[in-house]
Amino acid sequence: MGFEEISHTADWSARVWAEDLPSLFAESARAMNLLAGTVIGRRSRVKRMFESLGPDAESLLVAFLSELIFYQEQENLAFNVFELEVEEPVLTGEAVSKGQKLKVKMEGAQIASIDKAIKAVTYHNLKIERTNQGFETTIVFDV
Amino acid sequence: MNIENLVQISETEWEIPTTIRHDMRVPVRLFATRELLEQVINDKSLDQAVNATTLPGLVGHVIVMPDMHQGYGFPIGGVAATEFPHGVISPGAIGYDINCGVRLLASSIDFESARGEMDILATLLNKYCPSGVGKEGAIKVNGKELDHVLRDGSRWALKNGYASEADLARTEEMGSLEGANSEQVSERAKTRGREQVGSLGAGNHFIEVDVVDQIFNEEAANIMGLYQGCLTVQIHCGSRGLGHQVCTDYVQEFQSAVRKYGIDLPDRELVCAPMDSPEGIAYMSAMRAAANFAFANRQLLAYSARRAFEETFATKTRNWHLHQVYDIAHNMGKIETHSVDGKQVKVCVHRKGATRAFGPGSPGLPPEYKKIGQPVIIPGSMGTASWVLVGTEDSMTRSFGSSCHGAGRVMSRSKAKKEVQGDTLRQELEARGIKVRAGSMPGLAEEAPSAYKDVDMVVETVSQAGIAKKVARLKPVAVIKG
Repeated sequence: MGFEEISHTADWSARVWAEDLPSLFAESARAMNLLAGTVIGRRSRVKRMFESLGPDAESLLVAFLSELIFYQEQENLAFNVFELEVEEPVLTGEAVSKGQKLKVKMEGAQIASIDKAIKAVTYHNLKIERTNQGFETTIVFDV
Repeated sequence: MNIENLVQISETEWEIPTTIRHDMRVPVRLFATRELLEQVINDKSLDQAVNATTLPGLVGHVIVMPDMHQGYGFPIGGVAATEFPHGVISPGAIGYDINCGVRLLASSIDFESARGEMDILATLLNKYCPSGVGKEGAIKVNGKELDHVLRDGSRWALKNGYASEADLARTEEMGSLEGANSEQVSERAKTRGREQVGSLGAGNHFIEVDVVDQIFNEEAANIMGLYQGCLTVQIHCGSRGLGHQVCTDYVQEFQSAVRKYGIDLPDRELVCAPMDSPEGIAYMSAMRAAANFAFANRQLLAYSARRAFEETFATKTRNWHLHQVYDIAHNMGKIETHSVDGKQVKVCVHRKGATRAFGPGSPGLPPEYKKIGQPVIIPGSMGTASWVLVGTEDSMTRSFGSSCHGAGRVMSRSKAKKEVQGDTLRQELEARGIKVRAGSMPGLAEEAPSAYKDVDMVVETVSQAGIAKKVARLKPVAVIKG
């Protein structure tokens, strides 16, 4: 599990890898925090839950990271402990795939300091790929 | 891609023909010198321009400006026109910061006589124009009031005493796009916007005090009220979190729309929907609402900048006032009529990091600008020159009435942070007589002048190409950044 910053002219980009999808999501959140220079306070831990339904894992990843941006901007919160569950594709009564479901329990605290905010998570060339070690993706963030 | 794949048309114009890739619907037309092209050949701008040519319903060429650089989905500096109403609209081809743009205010305050006041002016601008990572703007609006902002833009500001009729007359679309519908803006987007009206934000947004350094077109400068040696103010920002959320919401929603309409694209960030589809209509009206938010936002920042000028200069000079030269968007989708292959065609012009540059006589310009063309404001990189240009007849026929929007990045943010120390940069700028107020030193380092192309070269290119004409060059004396 890890990430590396990828050079991008206008914005920020990170290649993230992990052994399974939940870890990939959690590591992507960690990458986002570190790229933004987020320092999370140590007091008054808070918990939040988040659920999303999307057509595929990439859309869930964008929804999850966008949720973190919302908390950062609105409540000055950042999260560093995640319990994630990515469920298999859900079928409707008509047997049409509605995609996958993501459930997240997360724990964090008030942001003590931040260098620069990430404003959005993009779909640019976003693809979660299976590797011999698990999963890998490269995310471009709008800053 | 390499330069050999391109067809050179002139010193400043190149084409990527449709033979380069099988899925291209139209060619790409680039305005750039060889030197500027060589600066971006190793990033993904040209590949992204080729990807943009796959959007259904395109007419003419996809145009790329000399300040082009790699973005996501669509290149920065890109212009694409799709036939109205059956062609598509793509949120990613407009960008997250909907109606990011620049407002230029000008004064008749002589810089030499005001030099001693620059420190206090920078401090007051920093005090009254909230900036940086965070959410609070100059004012807070409730839900109902926000709906009015989204519907009316600068007209809302006028009604509430933050604007004058003269400000609106010199704003693109009078600062208020018709067809905005706040019901198509999500509650989450509204939550992000509610407390951000009148705030600058962070990133590459700034307020800059400049001096008119050189005048190239006396007549146009006089009409705009730009006087040699006098102070001006540029305000560069957009629709803040609200616009970002609108784009996020619709890029997410359009992931399904492209499947529904059978649209195949090389990059998911380019997702789109036909303009006459329910999804396209919803995005168009939400995008217009976000654009109105941005117009109101820059109007409030102008109000705050005037307050700082009044407090600094009112007791020292009789005429301390800041009049508006123009306010122009560089991330927007607009329904316009353009000449394509000799026919007048109604299109949606997507401009992402490209400025509308309407020529003389174009509709929608205030009477005084009908003769000279629309002012085009080109902010430079921090510490370097900025430019005021005007649109031309040529821009109307060759670039869908568009020109460049800035210097354009050439160095990655991570490299800039490694190579430049924010504190050192600040000292260097101060030593050159530029007052700096910055919320974040790493953020300042990312915006170092060395991370950008030479803005003079970019402007020279659009000028030589004939898609804009020079009016005045500005040089910075104070910069306020988040």
